[in-house]
Amino acid sequence: MVVAVLSIAFIGFAAAVLLAFADKFLSVREDPRIGLITAALPGANCGGCGFPGCDGYARALVAGTAPNGACAAGGGECAKAVAEILGVAATATEKRVALVKCCGSRSEAIRIGDYNGICDCNVAAATAGGDKGCVYGCLGYGACANVCPKGAISISDGLAKVDKRLCIGCGKCVSACPRRIIALVPASASIHVLCSNPEKGPEVRKVCGVGCIGCRLCERNSGGKEAGHFEFAGFLAKVNYSNPPFDSQIVSKCPAKCISEDPHTGSGH
Amino acid sequence: MSYYLILLVGAVLVNNFVLSRFLGCCPFLGVSKRMDTALGMSGAVVFVMVAASAVTWCIDNWILKPNGLEYIHTLAFILVIASLVQFIDIAMKRFLPPLHAALGIFLPLITTNCAVLGVAELNFKGETGFFESVFFALAAALGFGLALVIFSGIREKLEHANPPRSFRGIALALVTGGLLALAFMGFSGLDKGLERAL
Repeated sequence: MVVAVLSIAFIGFAAAVLLAFADKFLSVREDPRIGLITAALPGANCGGCGFPGCDGYARALVAGTAPNGACAAGGGECAKAVAEILGVAATATEKRVALVKCCGSRSEAIRIGDYNGICDCNVAAATAGGDKGCVYGCLGYGACANVCPKGAISISDGLAKVDKRLCIGCGKCVSACPRRIIALVPASASIHVLCSNPEKGPEVRKVCGVGCIGCRLCERNSGGKEAGHFEFAGFLAKVNYSNPPFDSQIVSKCPAKCISEDPHTGSGH
Repeated sequence: MSYYLILLVGAVLVNNFVLSRFLGCCPFLGVSKRMDTALGMSGAVVFVMVAASAVTWCIDNWILKPNGLEYIHTLAFILVIASLVQFIDIAMKRFLPPLHAALGIFLPLITTNCAVLGVAELNFKGETGFFESVFFALAAALGFGLALVIFSGIREKLEHANPPRSFRGIALALVTGGLLALAFMGFSGLDKGLERAL
């Protein structure tokens, strides 16, 4: 009994001494700011900044190889906290969220075939170009939803939708989409053109009931070309996000019904 | 020499730690989603198992057995292995930073994993020699790594499958693990056969 207690105590004491010496003489001291910055970052480890996780970004920040404000998830407040720790001036970043620029749901957009392969947009797009008539439209097989670290993207009625409240703006969905129709837009903008088809009106009409036909009514209703709320690429209206429109009557007057007010919260069409 | 070959085949294929002894199931299911983490974990397990079996053999033969304290070996082994892993973690960070970057996060995860303790227990029960104990630990860890790498390869493929909702995630992983264990049952008797052949 006594021998047992003494033996275990001896082993424990030897291990404790060994560890104490190791900690004293072998440990690598890290810059304490790394820990502080990691705590200030959101901890989502989304990789949106281009570094492996929040810890990797914190190390790069302390080493001075990364710009402050690259964290889209944390936004301005996080950049301010990091700047305080680093002792440099904060750069303002606006929170950005992902937007799926398509509103051609199953009832509106024409499907030219039945696809029942692997449920992934990239595979569907590689299978004879996908089943959707519009080659600029959302396929709705959830490649974006699968990579979203926050589960902010849901698929309903063959269409991906981003929940603005959950989106952290990491941009993973932007590169996952084979159709390249997801973009990061300022979270404050409320009016969006939900179409990516730049072709002429009749061509768009053939494949989708809610595609942009390039009639420029939105531009006229928002104060003309001088106001600069919209830009046009071919026959496709695009919101100028450095000067976004705010008048909600633009939405109701769009003949194609492809302009929506805040689709993130589902209050649009 | 042939004895060690039989020991190797026995520990890797016949009595595989995960698939037939069911030790170390936690890392087997936990870090098998991607091949690179599976390889990192396998490396860490090889490292820790070999070091732990060497140290526990010394504790067993130099401290416990001379004092007739075999009955508290589990307690002593846990104590020694836990502090050893902690020490390796610190020392590796200082002297081998690249290795620490590759294995670092897995080391604390397997501190006193049942597979690590299992090797020490089996060596204790078998009353094997020092070199034999360390070699058995190495073979067992390689078997663990083999199972983990095969499993993660299958799971990477399963990511692209579209199973029914109730099977998604860990459910399908468990079914796959079971099938893999069944497949490894096909190796049973291989070590006996080898013994006869040699």
